[in-house]
This record gives sequence, structure tokens and C-alpha cells, in this order.
Amino acid sequence: MLLVENVDVHYGDAQALDGVTLEIPERAIVAIVGANGAGKTSLIRAIAGINRPTRGRILYRGDNIAGLPSYKVCNLGIGQVAEGRQVFPTLTIAENLAMGAMIPRARANRERNLERVYAMFPRLAERRAQAAGTLSGGEQQMLAIGRCLMGEPEVVMFDEPSLGLAPAVVQQVLATVRDLNRDGLTCVLVEQNVAVSLKLASHAYVLENGRITLSGTGEALLGDDRVRQAYLGI
Amino acid sequence: MLGRLTEGLSARTLILLLLLLAVMLAAPFFASDYLLTVLILILYFAYVGQAWNIMMGFAGQLSLGHALYVGLGAYTAAALYVHFGIGPWIGLLIAIPIAALAGAFIGYLAFRFKVGGVYFAILTIAFAEFARVGFDHLAFTKGSSGLFLPVAQYSKNDLWHLRGQPVMFYYVLLVAVVAAFIGCRALLQSRIGYFWLAIREDEEAARSAGIDTFRYKMIAVVISAAMTSFAGVIYAFYYNNLFPEQVFHISRSIEIILGPIVGGVGTLFGPILGAFVLTGLAESLTEGLHAIGIDIPGAKQVFYGICLLFVIMALPDGVWPWVKRRLGLAERAP
Repeated sequence: MLLVENVDVHYGDAQALDGVTLEIPERAIVAIVGANGAGKTSLIRAIAGINRPTRGRILYRGDNIAGLPSYKVCNLGIGQVAEGRQVFPTLTIAENLAMGAMIPRARANRERNLERVYAMFPRLAERRAQAAGTLSGGEQQMLAIGRCLMGEPEVVMFDEPSLGLAPAVVQQVLATVRDLNRDGLTCVLVEQNVAVSLKLASHAYVLENGRITLSGTGEALLGDDRVRQAYLGI
Repeated sequence: MLGRLTEGLSARTLILLLLLLAVMLAAPFFASDYLLTVLILILYFAYVGQAWNIMMGFAGQLSLGHALYVGLGAYTAAALYVHFGIGPWIGLLIAIPIAALAGAFIGYLAFRFKVGGVYFAILTIAFAEFARVGFDHLAFTKGSSGLFLPVAQYSKNDLWHLRGQPVMFYYVLLVAVVAAFIGCRALLQSRIGYFWLAIREDEEAARSAGIDTFRYKMIAVVISAAMTSFAGVIYAFYYNNLFPEQVFHISRSIEIILGPIVGGVGTLFGPILGAFVLTGLAESLTEGLHAIGIDIPGAKQVFYGICLLFVIMALPDGVWPWVKRRLGLAERAP
């Protein structure tokens, strides 16, 4: 469904991604694992159209989308839940969600999608008239996910969705990703919580210094000595 | 249309607004000549403040060079009038695209090359300064020696040529302020308004939500510049003389932004209230000092400084949100 081919990304002279190739099959959960600064976020931003790759192709259903501006990529059905729960703090929850449905592909079904999001996260429905900044960390993450779903994405890239959340809430967020995937959503998961994300993932890639150094099924990577040593501390 | 515009406004807000409008409509019949000139100044600053607020208050782009758009509007209309006898309203039709183009150019440079925040503000100052220096040497507009409109004693008000007494300018500006207020409210309620707020709140998040941030920032700059140029046309025909050193000077740009900052950045009524508070208090201070025989040059500037200091420390959101709570107008901000 989504194919990243030999992608380089530079920030000025600094190289963030070096010949990254990976595949995201339809209805999969693909985990991307790596240390801080390995290039995980750079990869997501390159696919989302926020960073322009300096080399390589990004094929979405066969079309090269590398270098397209982010609003066009979004409208193709590639959504992202960015790192750090980027909600609009002074806007209400309802307004935040409405913002997610402003892209052309999602306008027609906005009512239905809104109901779906409220059914999925009843807390958001209860607090729909409240400013998003007053929500707890976990609720803000739900809102960020909800806003992304309002855009009717076919692929969603989750960047550190459990960062800074309480353990119980982390479980909830990851369960949400799993449920969404069961309903047919293709997911890319960048998670610091390596053990859990590998368990969830059907495919996984390890990024080191901007390069893919290892790949395989989630289970295979979970059993790999190098992964266990470097990321699981076993 | 009317229903949509008043949507979400409490009856109380609506009544207060209409009351204020009635007072403003009746004011020239009671006001002295002096008070009328102060009111004209207030309306002028309320209007340009509203225009500036679109960029800063709605879309979050700080412009410190709005004197550029005032000046372009003023010079375009004045030069057309002086050289070709073209009236100000036709002149306005030419001034608006010129100012909008200037705004689009600055916006394009900044947003295309990702110049944001303080650096964007500096860029806007730079272009106002370019204009100031440039117009000093532009023979067509009489350079630094100033462009003068023919003046006579007018017994009749000629609205078409904007030749007449202050009361005519008062009503023209009043209409402009009301139109700007309604227009800005409509914009805020539109899709564009939502996109602006998203960009102001978190541009990164706005992009990941699929908003074409470049486009909507450009729209904000162009609308704001076009609106501001109208104030320039009025400025030219009200004062009848234009000097680059005065019109494009950075202190003009600062004056424009003080009103909305004091009143409340990003609110609809803030620029209007701010203009009343600042200009009203500053003028009464000058008059008060004058009455007791003290004449201190620069007292007004010092007063502006103190006002700004007070507002930033005591009411960082501006005076309007505070007044609104006091009046019990429960409408949600902004």
C-alpha cells in the first residue's frame, strides 16, 4: 500500500535518513523501532509531506507522493498523529474534531465520522464544549487520534502515542491502535515502548542512524538477540 | 445572512452593540469640533487595528510594518487625485490591489522560505522602511518635500471626492469600522477563520491536520493589507498632506498595533475598545495637562508606554476579555 524506496532526508547538511526502504502492507501494523535521533520522526514527516526527501520515492498505491505538500498527502488518506499530542488548546473539543474533517475527502461524511469518534471515545463526547487545553494528557491523545480519524485516513502514522502518559493510559492508547487496525486501518507505529509495539506489529523495522538495519515480523524481532539487548534490556 | 451573523451572540451583547452604534451615530450632533477630531482618530485606529488583528490575532502572524499598507493606499489615491484628478473611490480600487500585492509579495517571501515569528516581524519592518526611503526619492509623489492635496474652505460635503468637513470623514470611518467588524466576524465563523485559528494555535499541528498553511497565511496577509489601504486613502484625504518620513515611519506601525494589544489581540471587539481606551485617555491627558498650563512634549508617548506596561502586566489578554466578563456577556472567546 505504501512503499518507501531509498529515501534520504537532510536538514541542511545533516543527514537524517540514509537510503531508507520499507513497505507498509494494507491492513498491517508496522512498527518502527529505534533510539532517539535514529530518524523515526524524520521518516514519518517525510511520508506526511512535511519533510521533502532529497532522494528516493514514496509510493502510495503506486503513485509517487514524495515532495507533495502535506495538505495533499493528508487528502490522499495518509493521516498522522504527531508526537506530543498536538491539539489546539484554546479551541473546544468539537472544534478540534471539526478541524480534522476540513480536508476535502472527509467533508461529506463528517457527521458520521463524528459519531464514530464520539462512540469510540465517550469522554470526548461528554466534554465536547470544553477547551482542549483543559483535558488530561491521555484525553488529549484520544482527541489527537480522533481528529486524525475525522479525516477518514486509510493509513495512520502514530508517532510516540504513549509518550508521557500513565501506564494504564498507555495500555488504553495501544488497545485503541489495535482496535482501529482490526477495523481495517493500516497503522504505522513509532513507539518507545518497544516490547508492546513489537507484540502488536505484524512487520517491524529497526532504524539506526538513519538506516534500516533490521527488519522482519514483530515476533522475529522480539526474539532477535540484538533487539533484545539494545531495546529491551534483556 | 443576518441570522448567521448574529448567531451565538446573546441578546444582551446585541443590545449593547446596537446601543453603542446609536451613540456613535448621534455623536457628531453633540460633540464639539475638538471631540469630533478625537472620535475620528479613534475610529481610524479601530479600523486599522481590526485589519492588523486579522493577521496577528487570527492567523498569528506578527506584522510590525502595517504603515506600509496605509502609506501605499494614501500615496496611490493622493497621487492619482493630484496628477489626474481621479477621485478617491476610484483611487481606492487601484490602491487595494497595490497594497494587496505588496502584502502578497512579503507573505510569499516569508512563508515560502519559512521565515516565522520575530523574523517575519523584522521583514515587515524592513519593507515599510524600504518604502519610506524609496518614497523619499520618488519624484512622482514629490519625494521628501511632501505630496499636498488642494485644500479650500468647503461649505458642502462632497462625498464622491472626499472633500468636506470632518463630520463626513467621521461617518465614512464609522461605516468602515462597522463593516470591518461584521466582515471579521463572518471571516472568523467561516472555514478560513477556523484554519487561521488552527495556524495561530499550532502551525505544525495545523499542517498535520491537512491544512494548507501557506495558502491561508497568504490570504490573511492579503486581506489585512487590502483593508489597511482603505485607511490610507482616508488618511490622505483627511490630512491633505503626505510625507514619507511620517506616513511610513515605524512609529505609525506601532500606533496601529497598540489598540488591538490593549483591547485584546484576536478578539473582535478588542481593536475597537483599545482605540477608545488609548486614544481617548491620551487625548484627555494632553488636554488635561494643557488646561492646568503644563505642556510636556512627548507626554503622550510616555503615557502609551505606561498603558502598555499596565495592560501586559495586569491584563495580558487585553482589556476586552476583562470588560466582557464584567458585563456578563457569556459569549465564548473570541
